Amino acid sequence: MKPFLLVAQREITTRIRKRSFLVMTLLGPILFGALIIAPALLSSSSEPEDLNLLVVDHSYILPGTPKAEGANLAYLNPAEVSEEQGLKLVRDQEEVDGLLYIPESINGDAEFSIQNAKLYTKETAPLGLASELEGLLERFAYEGKLRHFGVDPAIVTQAKSSASVKSLELSDQGSQASGTEVKTAIGFLGGILVYMFTFLYAAQIMRGVIEEKTSRIVEVLVTSVKPAQLMLGKILGIATVGLLQFGIWIVLTLAVASAAGAAGLLATDPSQMEAMSAAGMPQSGMMQSALEVLDTINVPGLIGMFLFYFLSGYLLYGALFAAVGAAVDSETDTQQFMLPLTLPLVLTFVMATSMMENPNGTLAVVLSMIPLSAPIAMMIRIPFGVPWYELLASMSFMVLGFLGTVWLAGRIYRVGILSYGKKTTYADLWKWIRMKH
Amino acid sequence: MNALRAKGIHKRYATHHALRGLDMEVPQGSLFGLLGPNGAGKTTLIRIINRILEADEGSLELFGSPLGPDAAQRIGYLPEERGLYKSMKVGEQAMYLARLRGLSSADAKQRLHSWFERWELQSWWDKKVSDLSKGMAQKVQFITTVLHEPELLIFDEPFSGFDPINAQLIRDEMLRLHREGRTIVFSTHRMESVEELCSHIALVHQGRNVLHGTLQDLKDQHRSGQFILRYRSEQPLELHLPEGVSASEHRIETDGIIHLGLRAGVQDASRVLSALASQVQPYQFEEVVPSIEDLFIKTVTQA
Repeated sequence: MKPFLLVAQREITTRIRKRSFLVMTLLGPILFGALIIAPALLSSSSEPEDLNLLVVDHSYILPGTPKAEGANLAYLNPAEVSEEQGLKLVRDQEEVDGLLYIPESINGDAEFSIQNAKLYTKETAPLGLASELEGLLERFAYEGKLRHFGVDPAIVTQAKSSASVKSLELSDQGSQASGTEVKTAIGFLGGILVYMFTFLYAAQIMRGVIEEKTSRIVEVLVTSVKPAQLMLGKILGIATVGLLQFGIWIVLTLAVASAAGAAGLLATDPSQMEAMSAAGMPQSGMMQSALEVLDTINVPGLIGMFLFYFLSGYLLYGALFAAVGAAVDSETDTQQFMLPLTLPLVLTFVMATSMMENPNGTLAVVLSMIPLSAPIAMMIRIPFGVPWYELLASMSFMVLGFLGTVWLAGRIYRVGILSYGKKTTYADLWKWIRMKH
Repeated sequence: MNALRAKGIHKRYATHHALRGLDMEVPQGSLFGLLGPNGAGKTTLIRIINRILEADEGSLELFGSPLGPDAAQRIGYLPEERGLYKSMKVGEQAMYLARLRGLSSADAKQRLHSWFERWELQSWWDKKVSDLSKGMAQKVQFITTVLHEPELLIFDEPFSGFDPINAQLIRDEMLRLHREGRTIVFSTHRMESVEELCSHIALVHQGRNVLHGTLQDLKDQHRSGQFILRYRSEQPLELHLPEGVSASEHRIETDGIIHLGLRAGVQDASRVLSALASQVQPYQFEEVVPSIEDLFIKTVTQA
C-alpha cells in the first residue's frame, strides 16, 4: 500500500475507535438540535412576569386600561397624587414595581403630555416596555384627537383594511414563491455548518500534527513518507472521518425524524398542520410555506454544493492549520498564528446578515469569490440563486485557493515538523516558505 | 564496496552553514562510529542520508548507486529524538511503522511476533504505548528500526535513555547484526562504547570530516613514541638511557614497583626495551596508545 494511504488509514482507524468519536456521533444531532430548539424553548418558557405599575395620569389620556403588554396598571387619583407622592407610594409598597407618570397637558393638547411621560421602575425595565407604553399612549391620544375632530374611532377601525403581497420570483420555469425567510434560514444553516465543521476538523488536524511533533515520531515517519504526503494523508484521513460522521448524523436525524413522525410528534402533512394551527400553534403556517419553498429549491444541488464548499474549505483551512501545528511546539503556542486563520471565517460570519439582506450585492459577491470566505458566503447565497458563471468562478478560485494553501502549508510543514525548541515567528515562516529543502 | 559514500556535502540553514564539504566513506559491513561535538553537523548528515533533508551540494551513494526513493526500505533509522504515538496500541503502532517501511501486513506481523517473543514483550501487544516504561518503548522503537532487515542501519545516540541492562541488550544486538554482515553507523558521545564496538570511526567537526579510518589505523597514526617501563626495585635506579630516549617520569608506583615514563621514537620499542632490560628487573613494558577520547579532544581543540 502507498505510504500516503497508510497514513490516511491510520488516521481513520485510530479516530473512529476513540470513545469521543462514538459519543460525538451519537450526541451530535441531539446537541445540534438542542442548539436550534433551546433558544426558542427558553424564550417561550421564561416569559417575564408582568410588572405592577402605578399610574399617575395628570392629563387624563388613559381611560383606565388595566393592562398593557408586560405590565398591570393601577391608577391613582391624579387630583390627589403628585409625581413625588406616587414615587413614595412605589417605594413603600413592595409588590409595586414602578410608576408611570404622565404630566398635565397644556391647553388641552395631549402632545406635550405623551412626549414627557416618565416610567420609573425599581429594577431595569424589560426591553420593549417603554415602547409598549408609548404605543398605548399614542393610541389613546390618536383616538382623543379623532373624537376632538368629531370622528368616531370605531369608524376609522372599520375603514382599515389589510393587504398581503406575496413575493414571487420570475424565472424560466414560471413564477415561484420566493420564500425569503426560508432561504435565509437554509443559507444561514449551511453557513453555520461549514463554519463549525471547518473549525472542528481543521483543529483536529492541527492537534494531530502537534502530537506527532511533540512525540518526535515524525522523524521516523518522514524517512518513509514525504512530508507533503504525510500532511495530505492526515488531512484526507480526517476528512473521511468527518464525512463518515456527517453521514451518520444525517441517517440518525432522518431516522429520529421519521420515528417521531410515525409517533405523530411532528406534523408532516397539511391536515396535521391545520389541526395544529387550530390548536393555536402559530408556526405551522410558516412550516407549510417552508415546505412549499423547499419544493422550489434544488435540494440535491444544494447538498452537492454544500459538500463541495465544505470539502474545499476544509482542505484549505486544514492545510493552513496543519502548517500552524508544524510551526509550534505545543498547543499553547498556536495563538499567534491562529488569528489570521480565524479572522476571515469569523468576519464572514459577522457579515452574514448583510449578505442575507442583499445576497447578490457587491459584498456578498466579493466574499463568495475569495477562497478564505467563499465556503460560508456561498452557502448563504446559494438558496437565493447564484448565476452559473459566478458559481463557476467561485469554485475555480476555491480549487486554486486550496492548491495554493496546500503548497504553502506544505513548505512550512516540512521545515516546521523538524524544528524543535525555538519559538517560531512570522519571519521564520517566511524563511521556511522560501527555503530550498 | 562502500555502503555509503558522501562527497562534498554542503548544507546551509538560514543562519548557519551546518555541513561544509563533508566527505565520508562507510565500508560495507563496518560498525561505524560517527563522532563529534554537539552542533558538529552529525544529525544534519544523518537526516540527509535518510532523505529527510536534501543537501545543497554534493553527492551521496548508497551501496554504489545514488541515493533514491528506495532508501527508506534499505535503511533502518533510529533517531536521537524518538517517540511513538502515545494513544496507539503497541502492536498496531509497530505494524504501522513496519508497513510504512514497505513490509506486507503478514510479514510484519510474523516478524514482530518473533521479536516480541525474543524480548519478552508479547503481553504488551494490545496495551497502549503510554503504558510502556521508557525502556520498553525504546525496545519497541529499536525493533521497528531493524524489522525490515535493512542493509544499512543508522542509530543516532542509540544508548541514550536506556538503563545499563537495556543498553547492554542493544549493544549485543548491534554486535549480532554486525556479525551478520549488516553495516551499522551510529553516533554517540560515549567513548568507551566506541572503543568497544567500532571498527571504523569518523570525527565530524564544524561540518567537516576531520578524522577517519579504522580504529587501529587511527591509533597507529597518532602514536606518540611514549613508553612505560615498570621494574622491580625499592628505589628508582640510576639508569643509562639509549641515545634519543629521555625519561619523562621516574617514581615509585607501589611497594617494590618503579614507574619509568619514556619519550622515544615511534619505532624505538625494541631498542629501548633491550637497552634497559639488562639494567633492571622488568615487570611490565607498554607503549602509550592514545585513546579515542584523547584523539577526539586533541583534534577538536586543535581545529
